[in-house]
Amino acid sequence: MPLDVKPDLKREFDVVGTRPLRPDGIDKVTGRARFGADATAPGMLVGRILRSPHAHARIRGIDTSKAEQLAGVKAIITRDDLPDHSNGDRATYDILYNCMAREKALYEGHAVAAVAAVSAAVARQALKLIEVDYEVLPHVTDVDAAMKPDAPVIHDDIFTEGVEPKPDKPSNVARRSEFGHGDVEAGFREADVVISRSYKTEATHQGYIEPHACLASVSPDGSGELWVCTQGHFMIRNVSSQVLGMEISRLRVTASEIGGGFGGKTHVWMEPIALALSRKANRPVKVVMSRDEVFKATGPTSSTSIDVKIGAKKDGTIVAAEAILRYQGGAFIGSWADLGAMTAFACYDLRNVRTVGYDVIVNRPKTAAYRAPSAPMAAFAVESTVDELAHKLGLEPIDFRIRNAAREGTRSSYGPTYGPIGIGATLSAAKNHPHMSAPLGNNQGRGMACGFWFNFGGQTCTSLNINLDGTIALSVGTPDIGGSRASMCLMAAEELGIPYEKVRCVVADTSSLGYNDVTDGSRVTFSSGMATILAARDAIKKLCGRAAQMWGISEEAVIWEKGYAKPAGPNAGEFPPLSLKEIAAAAATTGGPIAGHHEFNADGAGVSFATHIVDVEVDRETGATRILRYTVLQDAGKAVHPAYVEGQFQGGAAQGIGWALNEEYVYGEDGRLQNAGFLDYRIPVCSDLPMIDTVILEIPNPKHPYGVRGVGETSIVPPLAAIANAVSNAVGVRMTHIPMSPPRILKALEGRS
Amino acid sequence: MPAVHVTTTVNGDRLDYVCESDETLLDCLRDRLGLTGAKEGCGTGDCGACSIILDGRLVCSCLVLGVEAENREIETVEGLAEGDNLHPLQRKFLEHAALQCGICTPGILMAAKALLDRNPSPTEEEIRFGLAGNLCRCTGYDKIVRAVQDAAKELQGA
Amino acid sequence: MRYEAPVSLEAASALLAEAPAQSFVLAGGTDLLVRMKGGFVEPELIVDIKHIPDLQELRLDKDGFVIGAAVPCAALGENVELSAQWPGVVEAANLIGSKQIQGRCTIVGNLCNASPAADSVPALVTAAAKVRIRGRKGTRTVAIETIPVGPGKTSLAKGEFIEAVLLEKRRPRSADAYLRFIPRSEMDIAVVSAGVDLERDKAGVITKARVALGAVAPTVMLVEAAAAAIIGSKLEDKALTALAEACSAACQPINDKRGTVEFRTKVAGVLARRAAQIAYQRAGER
Repeated sequence: MPLDVKPDLKREFDVVGTRPLRPDGIDKVTGRARFGADATAPGMLVGRILRSPHAHARIRGIDTSKAEQLAGVKAIITRDDLPDHSNGDRATYDILYNCMAREKALYEGHAVAAVAAVSAAVARQALKLIEVDYEVLPHVTDVDAAMKPDAPVIHDDIFTEGVEPKPDKPSNVARRSEFGHGDVEAGFREADVVISRSYKTEATHQGYIEPHACLASVSPDGSGELWVCTQGHFMIRNVSSQVLGMEISRLRVTASEIGGGFGGKTHVWMEPIALALSRKANRPVKVVMSRDEVFKATGPTSSTSIDVKIGAKKDGTIVAAEAILRYQGGAFIGSWADLGAMTAFACYDLRNVRTVGYDVIVNRPKTAAYRAPSAPMAAFAVESTVDELAHKLGLEPIDFRIRNAAREGTRSSYGPTYGPIGIGATLSAAKNHPHMSAPLGNNQGRGMACGFWFNFGGQTCTSLNINLDGTIALSVGTPDIGGSRASMCLMAAEELGIPYEKVRCVVADTSSLGYNDVTDGSRVTFSSGMATILAARDAIKKLCGRAAQMWGISEEAVIWEKGYAKPAGPNAGEFPPLSLKEIAAAAATTGGPIAGHHEFNADGAGVSFATHIVDVEVDRETGATRILRYTVLQDAGKAVHPAYVEGQFQGGAAQGIGWALNEEYVYGEDGRLQNAGFLDYRIPVCSDLPMIDTVILEIPNPKHPYGVRGVGETSIVPPLAAIANAVSNAVGVRMTHIPMSPPRILKALEGRS
Repeated sequence: MPAVHVTTTVNGDRLDYVCESDETLLDCLRDRLGLTGAKEGCGTGDCGACSIILDGRLVCSCLVLGVEAENREIETVEGLAEGDNLHPLQRKFLEHAALQCGICTPGILMAAKALLDRNPSPTEEEIRFGLAGNLCRCTGYDKIVRAVQDAAKELQGA
Repeated sequence: MRYEAPVSLEAASALLAEAPAQSFVLAGGTDLLVRMKGGFVEPELIVDIKHIPDLQELRLDKDGFVIGAAVPCAALGENVELSAQWPGVVEAANLIGSKQIQGRCTIVGNLCNASPAADSVPALVTAAAKVRIRGRKGTRTVAIETIPVGPGKTSLAKGEFIEAVLLEKRRPRSADAYLRFIPRSEMDIAVVSAGVDLERDKAGVITKARVALGAVAPTVMLVEAAAAAIIGSKLEDKALTALAEACSAACQPINDKRGTVEFRTKVAGVLARRAAQIAYQRAGER
């Protein structure tokens, strides 16, 4: 149902597009802001979780008797305390199973039991006293190995979906998905040059600096409160209630400030356990994960194995493109390969394209989203192949892409037809950017790559209340992970025509606002923003109504202009304009408090494209790679707060750089994670990076009143390939295994010589 | 093991707490003194989110025992501002949008202060190496470095 | 867990001599606390040596430098004389961890933790450093390379602790350098490291050399064949190649999450070569 959302492309904004200070900033620079682990409650207990040391094991029995005797232990939870309320819904059952192991432990770190005790020391001691009888089973952690016929089958009730005929034997291949159009075989026959390559990427973690933390307090009447760092407190409420068999309205969840999420905090992890402990102990229970637990028992990315084949004619037109993508989703069913298969060729206008995804189960923690989930790996494979093809054809990589880039009207490789999109603009901006002509020395090389992300809409509610003094209290339901409260205030202020400082935005708890989907899919500035704009317009209608009342004229005769109600024309009457403040001051006598609100399922989030350029220097004798220069060019639709858009571009690029060069999950033969800490899981430090230059392009999204597109995710998609392409241009080796760590690059260099 | 009574100075105030001998200073600051500005990001000295200044030296408070604070001088992020006057570093971080989620910010502010206390006119490289012990996952460090450069200029009276 | 902070060497000695099995000396704590939190050790007694005045000093006396066991690595870099005479040692000490770690960690702690990848140890070995050990009966002084005997193991007897590291005064026309390989630019544990100390005559011919490698064997390796490869040369390409090959040949590295055997073997030679070139140039400037 189309609302009045079509953007006025000629609109001059008053405050949108400026760079005011964010409202939550002062608390964050003074240490006053309260994150997940910063809350306390009287009588609070410390909760700790016992985790499987085995990658795959049947749990024959759990004996908690000795732990129960320990002084200071107030509650112990095992699978016996968590009955199955899923009613046959597999997704809910899997969440329950992931929160705490049932028949089997499915990965090292899988929760097996939990205690609540009066201190951390007692809780630690209690865990040591819990005896678990494991029958260790064969495990598999590699995605390709898990697909082999002789691999240990992890779930005996998973039969591959999406294949005909349906298999009669269970396997680790949960599903097969396929996208595309045209006839790729015919296309390849037409091609003058075809490149076929296989790639591997290792698993990574979102690496947020704040470990998961929550404080749960459940009363004997079954009502509960939860303070938690999360990207979706409404989701936490709904899922925790379902898992524990509580009524949704009995659980009130408050989102704390969140110390990073990037998709990893869009699920429940230990929250239902904290609630269950609190329910049993009848006292508040605080559960904070250690960094070791974060790596082992939250949601890293898939590791992947991808085959790409692209064919083109001599003139540089791509005539066929195909990708087979194998992604592991950890120990439970996920649709990660699905997303990879959808995004792989999304940047291009292709006559013949086919992508096939296999979602595979392995003995690893359950995969969660990480900023444009599944897209970086697919883009790595495709953009590396595109570069190689360009070189083979004797074309500049950027020109090859410009020639084949998707545009408005292109039928995307994953189905829908594109409206106005920004990839062409980012490519020409890149081509003309001074970075392209910066000088390069020995062992230095330049690479580029493109990236895409869909961006999401989703269920969203916003409430806007006008205070007695004309200031605005804005309540949104999407946790602020990147500075979105500032953008919401800008949009409300813009609509109402008042100064930005007059608007304060809070993230309301689940009892104070209607349901909101999680903060993900780069959706907040688009969805909560649109809801804010529409709530403001709703409030404006009411303000006009009050002015009409105060003037004794009809409502249709009142207009709103830059913060004032005005008579619509000379016939309406000679009244001086009424400010928002004046109308607010009189509210009690004109009908009571004035508010606007909006609830909807936002639709029409614009896709966002980016082009990245990177210069690297490779030390030929050690394989060490240094980033010299980095430029992000991305379409934001409309940059509501440009500094925060730049921040998203830079942050995503930095994560992509870490992913490309050093970050990986290292597993031993025993299926155990060897680098579950920030020492050996190496994320970029300040001295690893140069300044990251950003260019914000604005091709408005026709489905948002200001043209906003999501921006947060796309910029993690190009770096892997951009850097691989730069390394290839610097020292002549084509890296097909991510991360391109020094030992891998050195080995490739030595293999060549 | 009997609990230990510690007397220490935090942000200029003489304070006392009682703790176990194996508790870290980070835990004591957060749980005994209620100063939750310093954060635990890793517990092993690899992320810098718990950074404080101890007797003039930048340290990870997760690797200092609470009992070691006896008669020492501690500076935390809560003491950076003077009354309602923010420290130039705090102001510049806000102006330059040098924080997104803000979890690393207290530690980075202390590291930046320790850097500028010893090296009032650092080069970009010196800033980057001076902050290398503080992980930030959100910003890519660009705006943080610019904020520190700008704060250094202001503190030098430029 | 008992925490003691003695204020004299004798008191510390007495505590450690009668100490229960799980007793540890605490200086910087940057290894000990990590091991405690990881559940690898459960100390019954911790003896904090930072309150002993003798151990807090870094001084230059007539015989050379005396670096007390409680001196943090950051203080080494702040000492003008030490940085001028032993830049390799100072660089090595200031590469450990981050600024936060360097504000607390000590070279004695780094040595006694006995990690094969310890950063300060190869540089101290090439510097022919000595350590003064205190026990119940007094002190003894030994070459630093006799201390680490295996990963996590030292040659110290029960009740003994190291009270100082001793470095000679810098000889004319000699210099040291230390390089390590890490994948990032800071923060990482060395994947492989090399220290070189050499002396040259007035004509530029190398007359003495010591070459040590880290993270390629259970303990630091002093590679005599590598030193021999450059003694008598002016560090021409041929000598450098021989140096690198001798280092690679001497390595006994393992495959682990930080590096492979081939990588460490190759890069040990590369770093030794580069460190030798830096030391040679520094020596020419003295």
